[in-house]
Amino acid sequence: MSVKTLVIDGKAVTGRAGETIFNVAWENGVRIPRLCHVGGLSDVGACRLCLVEIEGQRKLAAACLTPVEEGMVVHTSSERLKEHRRLILELLLAERNHVCAVCVMNGACELQDLAAELGVDHVRLRYRFPKLGVDTSHERFGQDQNRCILCTRCVRVCDEVEGAHTKDVFGRGSGSLIINDMGGPWGESDTCTSCGKCVQVCPTGALFSKGKSVAEMRKDRGFLKYIVTAREKREWIR
Amino acid sequence: MDSLERKVRVATAWLGGCSGCHMSLLDMDERLLELADRIELCASPLTDYKDFPPVDVALVEGAVANQDHLEHIRHIRANSKILVSFGDCAVTGNVPAMRNAYGVEDVLNEAYRANTSVVVGVPVGNAVVPRLLGRVRPVHEVVAVDLFLQGCPPDAQAIHELLAALVEGRRPALEGRRFG
Repeated sequence: MSVKTLVIDGKAVTGRAGETIFNVAWENGVRIPRLCHVGGLSDVGACRLCLVEIEGQRKLAAACLTPVEEGMVVHTSSERLKEHRRLILELLLAERNHVCAVCVMNGACELQDLAAELGVDHVRLRYRFPKLGVDTSHERFGQDQNRCILCTRCVRVCDEVEGAHTKDVFGRGSGSLIINDMGGPWGESDTCTSCGKCVQVCPTGALFSKGKSVAEMRKDRGFLKYIVTAREKREWIR
Repeated sequence: MDSLERKVRVATAWLGGCSGCHMSLLDMDERLLELADRIELCASPLTDYKDFPPVDVALVEGAVANQDHLEHIRHIRANSKILVSFGDCAVTGNVPAMRNAYGVEDVLNEAYRANTSVVVGVPVGNAVVPRLLGRVRPVHEVVAVDLFLQGCPPDAQAIHELLAALVEGRRPALEGRRFG
């Protein structure tokens, strides 16, 4: 197996050929922010939070989609990148109705936590306040489009791990919606197995278990590591 | 030792919010006494002062939701050296702004006609009840804001840090604070 040697934030590191900058950085203790990446699923580069600077390249690169190369010099947290990331978070917060104070995920939301970590203390853009629905037709779960950031984690886990492909993206741009089957109520889906994997990987309060009130919803990603380890290494360990 | 010759003039204001941020302010408990030696509270819903005089620091709770708020916040801005968006309603619009996805007419109908057993009338705005704005806005969409303190409500510790820092003439250490 070929090994690549590179520098990330001044630290000499090595990664396997084909491994992404994102993974090599995290393995070496460099936490690049992310909202759409989740270990065990394919990467799509949807959130753009993992953008990094690579010396000699004019454009920024999404770390989750860029393989490491020999001799690369990567910067993950320059002031320019931090400002870009803050703006991305502000765009996400302005795009839909993220009312943390009355959200089921208040206190455990990845969007909320990242905004705090990166110092977003207000949103400089005008909030859009779109009129969006909440689907509570499923027996056990709810889907709130107001809190969705279109990261597509739910789409990928449903397709790649559960194999049901109940969820997909409908529409274009900021008007896109995560739909079930052909866009009908979730509770009437023919393909949904009610496994709940989509709920557990969702970074915000867009997917939640019914019966949870404000700040009561907590998510568990442990199952995904278990399944992926079992598949890749044939080890059934928790 | 107090480096300032006079007390810092502070005012608080309550726009479209639930007063929870002011309750959190009172949660500072005995630290209020310590601050009282260094601060002069010049106007506040916690007092009976009716006017809003020139101040060094204004803490503004609540979103800009009606005509009174709009006039009040402009007056506050003109009379404050440092204007602080105090809590999530001021900073983001928060719960009061949830009506923005719907029209004012729909909201008033829902509250005063559709879900009431006795329909007395719908407040459209007059000398007594202020007219609702078409869009509830965070404070910084209306006037320039100098500092933002998130939280629903911000906790007493954060409020104390903010006020203590402003009294001491330093920038408050409020990094890592969350919305919500």
